Amino acid sequence: MPTLVLNGEPHPFAPGTTVAALVASLGLDPRQVAVERNREIVPRATYAQIELVDGDRLEVVTFVGGG
Amino acid sequence: MSDTHDTWTLAGRTLTSRLIIGTGKYKDAEETRACLAASGAEIVTVALRRVDLKVKDNLLSWIDRSRYTLLPNTAGCYTADDAVRTLRLARELGIADLVKLEVIGDPRTLLPDNEETLKAAKILLDEGFVVLPYCTDDPIVCRKLEAMGCAAVMPLAAPIGSGLGIRNPHNIRLIIEQAKIPVIVDAGVGTASDAAIAMELGCTAVLMNTAVAHAQVPLLMAEAMRDGIVAGRKAFRAGRMPTRVIGSASSPTAGMIE
Repeated sequence: MPTLVLNGEPHPFAPGTTVAALVASLGLDPRQVAVERNREIVPRATYAQIELVDGDRLEVVTFVGGG
Repeated sequence: MSDTHDTWTLAGRTLTSRLIIGTGKYKDAEETRACLAASGAEIVTVALRRVDLKVKDNLLSWIDRSRYTLLPNTAGCYTADDAVRTLRLARELGIADLVKLEVIGDPRTLLPDNEETLKAAKILLDEGFVVLPYCTDDPIVCRKLEAMGCAAVMPLAAPIGSGLGIRNPHNIRLIIEQAKIPVIVDAGVGTASDAAIAMELGCTAVLMNTAVAHAQVPLLMAEAMRDGIVAGRKAFRAGRMPTRVIGSASSPTAGMIE
């Protein structure tokens, strides 16, 4: 099974999985996250089009409390 | 005299509150929300981090975005590149382009790296961000950041989370004298009198987090900070009396009984 690195951890995924599907599978609201794939920002409007590939490095971030 | 007309402007936004407050270090979301409300703040800072799948109540789910303008920061960034990368992601989250730029130079003191801050500010301004940079209380750095096009300068009072208060009021005064953009004291305020002093010096606003979150009773301190800032601002506008080293009687000297 192909594997990506999600926030620093290995994360297996089914071939053909899109960014939108990944975000949904994590139980996240796409409006509350931003995604960077291999250091490139993935615009939210393209989540459903972009298919993940083996070895992708993803950062999925959100806002937390901070000063 | 009412203060309702004593507004200030930040990048086209008209603001009444001169307290900008952080959302970190509180016990829970409930306490954060209560303190934000009590502080009267209209702008609140937030940090950007990897999603924690164990946390269910995302900050964006509970914060009232019609009431607060979110100001994403770059806390924890040590290079211009990291800060720029963080804020590009923050912008992708659909927040307005107002950002707090902080590039830290040292993990022990958390003092800013002005060189990296200037570098990041240049990139961010070129990309259309409205940049509010945190920096040392150095009039020269503040002048450079203003000349580049930053929307405000945010010199520190003292190291982040130190609660030491304004360590160099003379520098803060010099920064205020030269600036044509808002001067926001950011970091190091410990209690309400520190905030009042910042306002009495003529600062436009004060940004704080730990002073409220780590008070014994955060909610009460949020109110104290709100009031301290209002008091300091009024004192600044009123113009303090001249100081003198000898006494000056307040009661008439004539008409004393004999």
